[in-house]
Amino acid sequence: MAGAIYRQSTRRRLLAAGAFALLALLPPVLQALGQEFYISFAARVLIFALAATSLNFIVGFGGMVAFGHAAFFGAGAYTVAVLMESGIASAFVAWPAAVAMAALLAFGIGFVSLRTRGVYFIMITLAFAQMFYYLAISMKNWGGDDGLSLAARSAFGPLDLKHDPTFYWVALASLGLCLYLLDRITHARFGRVLQAIRENESRMEGLGYPVLGYKLLCFVIGAAMAGLAGALIANHGQLASPNLLQWTQSGTLLVMVIVGGVGALYGGAVGAVVLLLVEEVLAHYTTHWHAALGLILLLVVFRAPKGIAAWAHGLFSRGEKHE
Amino acid sequence: MSESLLAIDGVSRHFGGVTALSDVSFSVEAGEVHALIGPNGAGKTTLIHQISGAQRPDAGRIVFAGEDVTALPMHTRVQRGMARSWQITNVFNRLTLLDNVVLAVKGRQRDWGSGFRFWKPVDDEQALIDEARGWLTEVGLAGRERALAGSLAHGEQRQLEVVLALATKPKLLLLDEPMAGTGPEESERMVVLIEKLARHVTILLVEHDMDAVFRLADRISVLVGGRLVCTGTPEEVRVHPEVRRAYLGEDA
Amino acid sequence: MLFLLAAGLTLVFGIMDMINLAHGSLYMVGAYLAAAAAAASGSFVIGVLAAIAGTMAVGALLELAVLRRLYTRDHLSQVLATFALILIANEAVRAIWGDQPVMLNAPEALAGPVEIAGFSYPAFRLLIIAVGVLVALALYVAVAKTRVGMWVRAGASNREMTEALGINVKRLFTLVFAVGAGLCALAGAMLGPLLAVQVGMGESILILAFVVIVIGGIGSIRGALVGSLLVGVVDTLGRALLPWLLRSFLPGEVAAQLGPALAAILIYVLMAAILFWKPAGLFPARG
Repeated sequence: MAGAIYRQSTRRRLLAAGAFALLALLPPVLQALGQEFYISFAARVLIFALAATSLNFIVGFGGMVAFGHAAFFGAGAYTVAVLMESGIASAFVAWPAAVAMAALLAFGIGFVSLRTRGVYFIMITLAFAQMFYYLAISMKNWGGDDGLSLAARSAFGPLDLKHDPTFYWVALASLGLCLYLLDRITHARFGRVLQAIRENESRMEGLGYPVLGYKLLCFVIGAAMAGLAGALIANHGQLASPNLLQWTQSGTLLVMVIVGGVGALYGGAVGAVVLLLVEEVLAHYTTHWHAALGLILLLVVFRAPKGIAAWAHGLFSRGEKHE
Repeated sequence: MSESLLAIDGVSRHFGGVTALSDVSFSVEAGEVHALIGPNGAGKTTLIHQISGAQRPDAGRIVFAGEDVTALPMHTRVQRGMARSWQITNVFNRLTLLDNVVLAVKGRQRDWGSGFRFWKPVDDEQALIDEARGWLTEVGLAGRERALAGSLAHGEQRQLEVVLALATKPKLLLLDEPMAGTGPEESERMVVLIEKLARHVTILLVEHDMDAVFRLADRISVLVGGRLVCTGTPEEVRVHPEVRRAYLGEDA
Repeated sequence: MLFLLAAGLTLVFGIMDMINLAHGSLYMVGAYLAAAAAAASGSFVIGVLAAIAGTMAVGALLELAVLRRLYTRDHLSQVLATFALILIANEAVRAIWGDQPVMLNAPEALAGPVEIAGFSYPAFRLLIIAVGVLVALALYVAVAKTRVGMWVRAGASNREMTEALGINVKRLFTLVFAVGAGLCALAGAMLGPLLAVQVGMGESILILAFVVIVIGGIGSIRGALVGSLLVGVVDTLGRALLPWLLRSFLPGEVAAQLGPALAAILIYVLMAAILFWKPAGLFPARG
């Protein structure tokens, strides 16, 4: 059953925990190898992993193919940037504000858009994201075309985010926290209901479930997490760029989700890692790396149709019973 | 005069240039089995859609238990006590029968907190499971709870279709051709089931099977070409000239 | 011109139920081929014809090699695959023609303005409108009056039935795709002199094309026509009137900032509004 890969056995949870422990060791390892520059790159990968994971919750688990996720990603970034402009530099204020802003936006957009479905839903979410993009590039107060830069990274209490490894760990912790939350949510009643809605929406409505409400909440949760990712990315580059709001950004996130595995809990993260790593590696070899990336994507579509996470899942779970 | 459980008042519905329903008005009294009949394409399923909330009428009102529900979404109407079954089986094919009914039972819990519980993994369901088993037994599907809904025989699927609506414990049950596509034995079983249900639930039954209709119905409404042609007891309907014309041709 | 792209896109989407993001890339290929052919031959007309022929060939090849396998896949896979094609196409073009925009000049004869009813209008733009109208008429005749057109319409409203009726659906699809590609090429060639012929030109117009077909209803050529007209009108009027309107009740600076933003947004607002009122677009081909 679709979403079965979301089912986490204890074994898989342990594996995930192990992976996280390894990832936490990355900065000192890179430092030892003299490749400190890559710590910043790794943090960027983590941030996109978070953004893609949040989208996967909406697309894979909620069954809503949305093409406007960039709006929430960008909203988070801009919230932090604008607050910092106004003198509020504390992460403990700005980051929750970013999350709240994204959630609020999602509530509004979802309320209107979720009455449609299929390609119309895709288009209308895209439309809303585009609206914010145009708004952002027009407002000179928000930096217009160039975006709004941050004077410094957010103040995170005793931790100095300017220090790359510290920032990396904060990003890692954020990703871990959100994955943990999603793990709990998908296994709780809420998750069960969402899965049933994906199975047969009209019947669920006919059984008295407020389907729109459930989908909206799923949409908002995904958006909120994207807002957090946005706060992180604004910090990372010290810039809230309108490029974050472009439809191509929504497309990239969607591609990450599809490549990684729609409906797999770690699908978004896997997809982000693969895509960004491949980009980085290919870029070293040729200026035409876009074409190579395209070929790789085609390979995924035809050889690993359910995404890489599903393909790996198939490799690793011969004999493991699941629903 | 006591208030009807369900009152349909001047309901009309168009699709593009086609008028599916035209100023339909009738009522369903509490405790009765009310059949809705008519030739194919008369608008019966469309009317069920309007009543259940799957669609909104272009004109007219739906009044349920004294409340105007015309603007309410389907799930709210279900919470008010109105449940429906579908003409084309609409169950959760990939879930077991038990899981299907458990979902229906869970849906009854009016506190939003239950479905929106995020934290605890799903494991405190024993009471729900027991109740679900009870429902399956009531409709005669007791031994099949572990079977996947999609693997059932057609007649059994129709039974599942009905029990899902039933498990929401409605005041009014809208049955849309429950006997569609079933053979004589299965139809008989369905009739017996409906007779049993009729003792504690009001039923609005859409059906083509005339034997079943005349056996079960307390009153009958006839829809022809989107218009309500008559409402009355089976005897009244049987002799009504327009009904005879619609079913039997011009010179009946 | 938007209509040309939208028409091809709506047919592909309506009949083959396929989201083709690479549609914009065909438009780009058409523009580049036109530029190359026009430069080589010195004639704009030859450039256009070569572009159409070449792009149709590319389109047909693409369909046979890659896209055919995507019809049965879900929309997300199609998105991924056609997105990959965009990447490859952009790089291929960049490899052949380089990063800089390429020149495509309108024919000399039409370089100047023309007098119509007292208004002076650039002749080339008139040609574009004329071509658009002609193609619309031709498509209308083809789709509404010929047998092939009937198959196309049948395919758009119910694919399985059409297959069951024995129509060679595979060849029909290739044909439809090739025609769509040809339309893209025509649009690319005609718009080349006005907009820049450069890598990535397909993406910006692609999104507009999608908006158009959603407004018009997927699978409907009439919808594509009405949609592109609506979008064109709204866009032009919006850009012209909005800043002026805003200035009358907002402080000058804010109006200056919001004006262009709102004008760009207007199209999306239009689409959202139409979807709200008619969730399947204005003239959906499928019931």
